[in-house]
Amino acid sequence: MSAEAGHGASVRIEACGKTFADGTHALEPATLDIASGETLVLLGPSGCGKTTMLRIIAGLEAPDAGGRVLFDGKDMTAVPIERRNVGMVFQSYALFPNMTVADNIGYGLKIRGMPDKERAARVAELVTLTNISGLENRRIDQLSGGQRQRVALARAVAIRPGILLLDEPLTALDAALRDRLRGELNRLLRALGITTIYVTHDQSEAMELGDRIVVMQKGAIAQIGTPREIYFTPRSRFVAEFIGAANIVEAAVEDGHLVLPGGRQPIHCDGDMPAAVAMIRPETIHVAAARSASLSGTIDSVSFIGDRQRLVVSGASSRLLTVDAPNTVQARPGERIGLSISPDAVRLLPPEN
Amino acid sequence: MSHRSFVWLCLLPLAVVTAAFFLLPMARLVVTGAGGPQGLAGYLAILVEPRYRVTLINTVLLAAATTIVTLIVATIAGMFLQRHRFPGRAVLIAMLTFPLAFPGVVVGFMIILLAGRQGLIGDFSNRLFGEKLVFAYSIYGLFLGYLYFSIPRVILTVMAAVQKLDVGLEEAARSLGAGPWAVQRDVVLPALAPAFVASGAIAFATAMGAFGTAFTLATNIDVLPMLIYTEFTLAANLSISAALSVGLGIITWFILALARSFSGSAVAAAG
Repeated sequence: MSAEAGHGASVRIEACGKTFADGTHALEPATLDIASGETLVLLGPSGCGKTTMLRIIAGLEAPDAGGRVLFDGKDMTAVPIERRNVGMVFQSYALFPNMTVADNIGYGLKIRGMPDKERAARVAELVTLTNISGLENRRIDQLSGGQRQRVALARAVAIRPGILLLDEPLTALDAALRDRLRGELNRLLRALGITTIYVTHDQSEAMELGDRIVVMQKGAIAQIGTPREIYFTPRSRFVAEFIGAANIVEAAVEDGHLVLPGGRQPIHCDGDMPAAVAMIRPETIHVAAARSASLSGTIDSVSFIGDRQRLVVSGASSRLLTVDAPNTVQARPGERIGLSISPDAVRLLPPEN
Repeated sequence: MSHRSFVWLCLLPLAVVTAAFFLLPMARLVVTGAGGPQGLAGYLAILVEPRYRVTLINTVLLAAATTIVTLIVATIAGMFLQRHRFPGRAVLIAMLTFPLAFPGVVVGFMIILLAGRQGLIGDFSNRLFGEKLVFAYSIYGLFLGYLYFSIPRVILTVMAAVQKLDVGLEEAARSLGAGPWAVQRDVVLPALAPAFVASGAIAFATAMGAFGTAFTLATNIDVLPMLIYTEFTLAANLSISAALSVGLGIITWFILALARSFSGSAVAAAG
């Protein structure tokens, strides 16, 4: 596998916007740098422009005038996809139904005029790499969803692309398989060292696979950062709510405290604000005795999830608070509990505009 | 009345119609074909007698040529029409499929207006080269007529198939380095193959058996339907025309059956 590693191209997209013929703005002009060998995840709800951005990088869509796409510093904007040397995995896999598994994987090599013998060797290598030995001569309609996914990946990687583009490659699979393949895919991408751009709407996929995540909203980039940055320091309410579970608290700030119906919560903030928006992750709220805590509320409901239990607490904030408590905590609906939250865990968000 | 006998009763009209208008005439046709002075050998005459054999070969060649040219023209046109949006597209599609509304006689008439003695092409060539180009009354005129009413059917079938084509397949091929020709050769045409087989079989069957156009153009064109007609009405050679009919039926049926086994979907005879 070492022969595979380390030939990723760097990507820069510069002021790339996309307006479709019917006038819809799919993508506001965006600029983005992707380092060689990096795995970048474009994350967002459907219609946020993530697929459009991927297709612009691939060369399947042209950016609006003024936008440029550069690979390794070379302007590729006018180069058609067939000469960009990108490997692409589609959500539908788009495997050729008139070819066998081996012919699918070898198609890009055949187009490049690689001699039969060399091609067969390369196909065999990829069949092993993606764990589909024994399926070489199958037709596509004889494969399961997971096998198709692997063939699609093998086909895209076979041509030794500088950039690998994946458009929701796991979405079509059922949950258990998706989790398993996500792990496999992660190991494979790390081993290959190809620059990878991965589109998904699934935040846990984004967290596991991405070196960096680009969160997108309504055709614009909402935030770029490592999974940790995105999770712990979201820059907007949208990002906070899209990644993981988040309690959004609207309250006034007075000398370093959020003033809440259930008490005063210390935070890191000097000035006073009449209306602040803060985010608190459920797992950062600790259950304490009602009397001693500075913040308290009443348990509305308890859901036992196994590794933890999820409490919904009313009266503490103006809205219901979700609290992830250890599974050993005794909690019953109607009980009054105290909530202890570290000031570090409260993140003030900029007001919505 | 039991449920079962009710069902049988409902099937009765179908049975009557099938027997009266299909089984009996077919049986009669087959018997008549063997009823000539040569008996069963009458069927052999289709292949042995030079006049019949030449006509048979002509007809098959004409049908094959019609099918191939129709497929080429209609595939390019259908693909373009399905993939592009432009002003006047709906009108163009309506015009291209208009010949479906015409009977063979009208198509024949139009061919005469185009390539007959007073036809447009004749006028044009007369002015350009001083010679009238007239081919309406020959097998070439017939070829043109068959093209005219085969193309709409095939265009519609190809358009439907192109619509169902996964654009992702073409994009995938391109991402792997395939240029426009390679994409057509390796992805698009194989995916459209069932549509080609289905619509091609119909074009073939139509060109084998259509009579109206041929009859309008001329009575001496060497194609099977005309031969059957002349043997029957002019020569009153009942057994030979029956044998020829059976032969025509078998060839057409065979092609349709072949197409059906390839494409898996229903291929209906037309014309």
